[in-house]
Amino acid sequence: MATDLVPEVAPPAAKVSRRAPAPKRRRRTRPLWQDLLRYRWLYLLLLPGLVYFLVFKYLPMYGLSIAFKDYVPFLGYSGSEWVGLKHFQELFTGPDFGRLMGNTMLLALLTIVFVFPAPIVVALLLNELRVNVVKRSVQSLIYIPHFLSWTIVASLTYLLFSVDFGVIANWIHGLVGGQKTDYVAQADWFRPLIVAQLLWKQTGWGTIIYLAALAGVDSQLYEAARVDGAGRWRQFWHITLPSIAPTVVIMAILTSGNLLDSGFEQIWLMTTSLNRDVADVFDTFVYSIGITQGAFSYATAVGLFKGLVGVVLIFGSNFLAKRLGQRGLF
Amino acid sequence: MLNKKKSVRYYDSLGSRTFDVLNVVLLVGLGIITVLPLVYVLAGSFATESEISSRPFFLWPEKFVTDTYQYIFSTDTFVRALLTTICVTAVGTIVQLALTLTMAYPLAKRALPGRALVLNLVIFTLVFSGGMIPTYLVVRDLGLLNSYWALILPLAINPFYLIVVKSFFQELPEALEEAARIDGCNELNVFLRIVLPLSKPIIATFSLFYAVGIWNDYMSTLLYIDDSKKWTLQMIVRQLTATNADSANVLQQLETVTFPEQGLKFAVVVVATLPILLFYPFLQKHFAKGVLIGSVKE
Repeated sequence: MATDLVPEVAPPAAKVSRRAPAPKRRRRTRPLWQDLLRYRWLYLLLLPGLVYFLVFKYLPMYGLSIAFKDYVPFLGYSGSEWVGLKHFQELFTGPDFGRLMGNTMLLALLTIVFVFPAPIVVALLLNELRVNVVKRSVQSLIYIPHFLSWTIVASLTYLLFSVDFGVIANWIHGLVGGQKTDYVAQADWFRPLIVAQLLWKQTGWGTIIYLAALAGVDSQLYEAARVDGAGRWRQFWHITLPSIAPTVVIMAILTSGNLLDSGFEQIWLMTTSLNRDVADVFDTFVYSIGITQGAFSYATAVGLFKGLVGVVLIFGSNFLAKRLGQRGLF
Repeated sequence: MLNKKKSVRYYDSLGSRTFDVLNVVLLVGLGIITVLPLVYVLAGSFATESEISSRPFFLWPEKFVTDTYQYIFSTDTFVRALLTTICVTAVGTIVQLALTLTMAYPLAKRALPGRALVLNLVIFTLVFSGGMIPTYLVVRDLGLLNSYWALILPLAINPFYLIVVKSFFQELPEALEEAARIDGCNELNVFLRIVLPLSKPIIATFSLFYAVGIWNDYMSTLLYIDDSKKWTLQMIVRQLTATNADSANVLQQLETVTFPEQGLKFAVVVVATLPILLFYPFLQKHFAKGVLIGSVKE
């Protein structure tokens, strides 16, 4: 830290004497090739990874230029004709935008209301467990679904909720009676199933970060409260809850940063011809029109719009986190 | 820990004990409900077709049969997909680990000129990416469509993992590396002979994470593999269990292999899940590290 305060014009002698042999980042006097030679092994190790990032992360960013063109594969990126904001106009004025935005936002809202609080509640309950064996066993069980693929989750959903064989579907039918419902295919049940899947898959895993926060609470606080006569409820209310509040805030902010990121795999796997209208979100729409129908430019424009909104949300939420006195993401 | 006795006695009010009992019941119930679907599918995969359709719910089959497994392992489609997935997962994990470790090590060296630039390039990709279509076009232009490499290379480095590994390397004691350098090791040898052997725990952790990632990956196959002969297990699972899904371009690729029986679906789901469950104890040992080093700090 202190070295940063040394003025640029400080006498070279003083600088040399203080930070003699270590290589400097600033005020480099060696030419580039000497650096390359000196650190050749490190650069060599760095190279494959760097190539990966340039090819699979930065080349696609250059490829985003086709959002402003009418991309024809035969003509390539540079040969295709510029069309300005045509595709964005098509998106915003077309019939799809409202539906996509509505579906995406509704799923985000449902996630915030139902999925986000679940791990907090479970973590708080786990924290109150006093038998460690029980606590660890429960944790082991509820973490499992996190490691299963969305394909498996979707398959389980189909197997449990299908009209003919689905155990849960039949069970509900036995309770309620009446006409059999095809939960998996029908539009009405799409969102409840998505929320249920998220709850099943991510709740247990989500507790980890809150349990870590809870484990970090100074036990002296509890002892002091007990000495002062606080019961269990008051300890929870005045110590436990405030101590994870910062974690809750930061997680809430980070979640809102990913507002438009409805999981592609999950939604795609649960999409059927009957529920397409409520299932389509930006990501699945991009896949449908881009890969399936080959409208590369339009699909790229839709993806770019989503990506830019994502950047704004991430920086906005990060800014908010810092304003609230939290460590931001960057 | 001296206070433990006191505190236990303190909790022994009636309301507090009632809460404890209810809490245990609730959480144990939650744990059981969570794994119940998996147990049911496992039991169903060993049950006869008539039992699946007649019994509402069971955790142990009345009649234990392995017909379903014998059948799926006798089909080319399934065996091929299983072998493909195992190979892609094995090769992919090695590639991913190699690229991640070699890139993380130089980035852990603060003195390296250009390090900050590369690090910022990496971090930027966490915030913004080219997205699905431009990435698809890059993969296509590289001629990787319908190649197994398309399942590996586009996901070769997870930036989050890279940054965690980099932080780990930074924590390693500098003195050991320094000693090796004085003994005449160049940076490559320091990395291979000193740093890597010290990093076994983190290598174990991230090889599991990467392996699970590839094993579970469905999207890459959906995007890059049209040839149904090259499909991975996840794609087969999807095709078999959810055939009423409306994904025209995928369905038209589907061979005429349709398994009508419910039990086969159960068995396929079990086979696709089993490796994860077998590795789960190891995963559980390590995963907390990966989650908790969440923030990207420089």
